[in-house]
Amino acid sequence: MNFRKYLLILIPYSWLLLLFLVPFIIVVKMSLSDTEMAIPPYYPYFTLSEGWQGIVNFFSELDFENYIFLAEDNLYWKAYLSSLKIALISTFFTLLIGYPIAYGMANAQPEWRPTLMMIIILPFWTSFLIRIYSWMGILSQEGFLNQFLLWIGIIDQPLTILNTNVAVYIGIVYTYLPFMILPIYASLEKLDISLLEAAIDLGCNRSQSFWLITMPLSKAGVIAGCFLVFIPVLGEFVIPDLLGGADTLMIGTILWQEFFANRDWPVASAVAVVLLLLLMIPIILFQRSEQKQREAEQ
Amino acid sequence: MKRFTWFNAVSLTLGFAFLYIPMLILIIFSFNSSKLVTVWAGFSTKWYVYLFSNDAFIDAAWVTLKVGFISSCAATVLGTMIAYIMVRGGRFFGRGLFSSMIYAPLVMPEVITGLSLLLLFISIGLDRGVFTIILAHTTFSMCYVSVVVSSRLASFDVSIEEAALDLGCTPFDAFKSVTLPIIAPAVISGWLLAFTLSLDDLVIASFASGPSSTTLPIKIYSSVRLGVSPEINALSTIMIAIVTFGVLTTSIISKRAIKRKRLEEEQAFKNG
Repeated sequence: MNFRKYLLILIPYSWLLLLFLVPFIIVVKMSLSDTEMAIPPYYPYFTLSEGWQGIVNFFSELDFENYIFLAEDNLYWKAYLSSLKIALISTFFTLLIGYPIAYGMANAQPEWRPTLMMIIILPFWTSFLIRIYSWMGILSQEGFLNQFLLWIGIIDQPLTILNTNVAVYIGIVYTYLPFMILPIYASLEKLDISLLEAAIDLGCNRSQSFWLITMPLSKAGVIAGCFLVFIPVLGEFVIPDLLGGADTLMIGTILWQEFFANRDWPVASAVAVVLLLLLMIPIILFQRSEQKQREAEQ
Repeated sequence: MKRFTWFNAVSLTLGFAFLYIPMLILIIFSFNSSKLVTVWAGFSTKWYVYLFSNDAFIDAAWVTLKVGFISSCAATVLGTMIAYIMVRGGRFFGRGLFSSMIYAPLVMPEVITGLSLLLLFISIGLDRGVFTIILAHTTFSMCYVSVVVSSRLASFDVSIEEAALDLGCTPFDAFKSVTLPIIAPAVISGWLLAFTLSLDDLVIASFASGPSSTTLPIKIYSSVRLGVSPEINALSTIMIAIVTFGVLTTSIISKRAIKRKRLEEEQAFKNG
């Protein structure tokens, strides 16, 4: 029995070690290497033929040069800060748009709720790339949004939206909306209606009962939704690449360019390591808040 | 107390309009006879004809389906094993590391997962192609499968499994004839999730693929970068149609199954 159990554990365990942990260690190692104009484009690399001395030489060649380079170059600072800014602003707007939708779903008749849920989840199953692509035709100079605004007469010159940060915000809000709506809806659905009735009996009007009861009790869902949007947006590549313009700086696109366009593997790896360190903060905060929530429920 | 107000109705309508109008426009303009994607010039299905006569797209679709099918099957098997270990395995050496390796890929930015796998493939001298994309997709989607399956495993009664063991089943038999049928819905939705994740993935596939293996998202991405094109609209429409059909059918089937089960239970209750 025990032997079988360990065999069962061993298969996925070694898979994850080999295809998740080892690759990650390689990234860290690569970030400490030097860029070379050669094949492979970095130095040093393991040569087992030199034996022990080879390993010693290998480790003595590693250094933090790439990190110093990142710290000294303004571009990377700006990219990290601008990723944070874009993630924060778009999380805020996703909350602003997502909360009323989740609230409406939770207030709907119980027999309607599964259908409403389906309407929210369905876009989530369709291709991410296609959903972003659909906005390219809407936001361009001769796109539908400009045609519509010209037609109703708000503007008389087409606006430039595509290839700006505004387009990036729209794209992020659009694709990440379900991640915000679902946790908020889950916490609103659990809300005890008798609390609201009590508040009304005690003389609250609707908006007071909303701000005093509904809002604080849905806090857990709001926090979860915000983290579920903020964390993946920080490392986003496709949206800033397709909808953003020259002034859109995000760390995901920088990493991609360093690797594919500049073929600078060590710097790309250093960017990846710093991005991961940056992500640790919201992830740890998220885990803490989830834990607190679980303890509060018990 | 009336709960559903005009405010709720307006926010739901606007929200759903926001979610669906971009896709509707995309679908409508895939039937446009003009090359311009923003000016309507009459109904036509010619972009679909172009699409199906474009070998590059057909090849990419074939690669994508192959990768999606193989990687989602592998991910389902491995993910179910992980879920079983995490829920039933008890304590074992290195459990902490194991569970963090399961959750880390869920929050890891795709660019980092892609980069790290690519560096691995290069350092062990594996030629990049369909096989490496399958390896990459299996690795990240098995973690999603394990999350879906373990929530189902955690919610069912262990005593049924123990009863089977007491009655002389081997652990494998007990798993096959007791546990698996109960967790089957979660295993199926895990497979579907893994399959769609694989069909969807652009970033990781771009890192893991070689010049000879282009998946549909890579192909779409490279033509979309040059601008909007009606052919891509046609392709998107087909993909949206398939997904909508798939999601609706599975949800209807599962709803019917729940209804039937409830009826059977009522019947048994009456008879008993």
